[in-house]
Amino acid sequence: MLVLLGIAVVVAGFVARINPLLVILIAAIVTGVTAAVAPGVDVRALARAGVDTLAAFGDAFNDNRYFHITWLVLPVIGLLERAGLQERARMLIAQVRVATAGRLLLSYLLVRQLTSALGLTSLGGHPQMVRPLVAPMAEGAAEVQAGGDLPDKIRFRIRGMSAATDNIGLFFGEDIFIAIGSIVLMVGFLEQAGIIVEPLQLSVWAIPTAIAAFAIHGARLLLFDREIRRALAARSAEAGQ
Amino acid sequence: MITLEHAYILVGLMFLGFAILTLRDSDHSTRIRSALFWGLIAVSMLFGSYLGGLGNGLLILALVALGGLKKLGVGQPSTTTLEERRGSAIRRRNALFIPALIVPLIAVGGTLAAKHTDVGAWLISSTQTTLIALGLGCILALIAAMVWLRPPVMAPVQEGRRLMDSIGWAALLPQMLASLGAVFLAADVGGVVGELVTRAVPMSSPLLAVAAYCLGMALFTVIMGNAFAAFPVMTAAIGLPFVVGQFGGNPAIVCAIGMLAGFCGTLMTPMAANFNVVPANLLELPDRNSALNGVIRAQLPTALILLGVNMALMYALAFRF
Repeated sequence: MLVLLGIAVVVAGFVARINPLLVILIAAIVTGVTAAVAPGVDVRALARAGVDTLAAFGDAFNDNRYFHITWLVLPVIGLLERAGLQERARMLIAQVRVATAGRLLLSYLLVRQLTSALGLTSLGGHPQMVRPLVAPMAEGAAEVQAGGDLPDKIRFRIRGMSAATDNIGLFFGEDIFIAIGSIVLMVGFLEQAGIIVEPLQLSVWAIPTAIAAFAIHGARLLLFDREIRRALAARSAEAGQ
Repeated sequence: MITLEHAYILVGLMFLGFAILTLRDSDHSTRIRSALFWGLIAVSMLFGSYLGGLGNGLLILALVALGGLKKLGVGQPSTTTLEERRGSAIRRRNALFIPALIVPLIAVGGTLAAKHTDVGAWLISSTQTTLIALGLGCILALIAAMVWLRPPVMAPVQEGRRLMDSIGWAALLPQMLASLGAVFLAADVGGVVGELVTRAVPMSSPLLAVAAYCLGMALFTVIMGNAFAAFPVMTAAIGLPFVVGQFGGNPAIVCAIGMLAGFCGTLMTPMAANFNVVPANLLELPDRNSALNGVIRAQLPTALILLGVNMALMYALAFRF
């Protein structure tokens, strides 16, 4: 029971808005120390458990360095932004007359889900796709509708929706692919529990949710266009008075 | 053969470049602290395997002290003006997209080649193939962009530093959560949580068991920031013993949809930094530091409806097939 204090630390730190890095480190130490608590264990043994936990945490940290490889894309993207990549994305979308922010994101959602379902998850992503291309294009489409600059509130709503669409397309597409991490995890877990399933048996059951995700988020994106239109109309009405 | 270690060296050198340029940037508001922060990440990438567990632990203590106690500033290295960017965008036309597309194409192409061709398997290691191929794509795209655009030599490091500063401490969060997961696993937190849930919720009907499992997946994912950490805990606690064992649900369906219920949790939590906080920082949202930032608020309605749909789907499908 006492080891649950680690989870309590995470929740409390989250509620108190303390920096998560600090909270996680404290939660790890608390978990390791409370796991060592038993009748007859003295303070020195608990201190040793704390140091051991820090070492175990350090080992796991070192094993999980691969998260940082994705940052290698930043110099490339920064260099291209320096040469006007975002501006070009806006110009390109302004040429497509029927484009609206919602429709553009709807097509991105479809492409992101389909490519993720084929295992091509690295085709999207926030540093490499959303910031330099998807968000500027969606903003560009709304700028054409607005006939000029966007109010900040709408601009930031569009950016948030662009990032959201990338995530939703990824999450509810990738599990259809048989060789993705989560499927591998499930096969391994079930095997340990004595249940043998094929990856394909798991991935086909991701399809109903994937269709539902497309329907739900797609409908929201089309409603989003209306929200933008209404906000723009309200602004021009204000300007007219 | 290119392995993960080579990619780590490259990433380490990049962070070392960020650290040195930050140190030389006299206008940076947290010059020394930021330089040390990026410098220590460089140390971890370059020499982490030689430091041992406790050495890495002390390194983490220093990183948390540097980046977790007070805000890190954002450097403003000199870059092009908006007019210059517009001019360049008009002049260079859609060719500007080509280097940006090289990265994912090489990442995907390299992964497929490593799996299906001899040359690819010889060139790229079979562990974390996609990430290595992604790194390879970044290098090739960078070379192409440098040759074509002819910017100042240090421009890629300066521009990279600008973006890295805007991401800030959130860059470490996924790695820290994964390490916390390892500590939780060693202390059997999962087993204790499972015991607790089953004592609190009477599993008297299939519907109740399905709801408890899906909600548990989403909730634990919100706390841990990662459905992968929640899955073994909740499935061992509720999914297998009750939904599958007691009520006869199909394990493949229960697990597949249970994982997706966890993904709904990922959409709702700032702990999932790489999906919800990093983009808010990269897109410079004004509310990027709040728990419910613009990205999470945009996802919330979809996530909640989809969580309900997942429960309905599991209830409708798991006991029928």
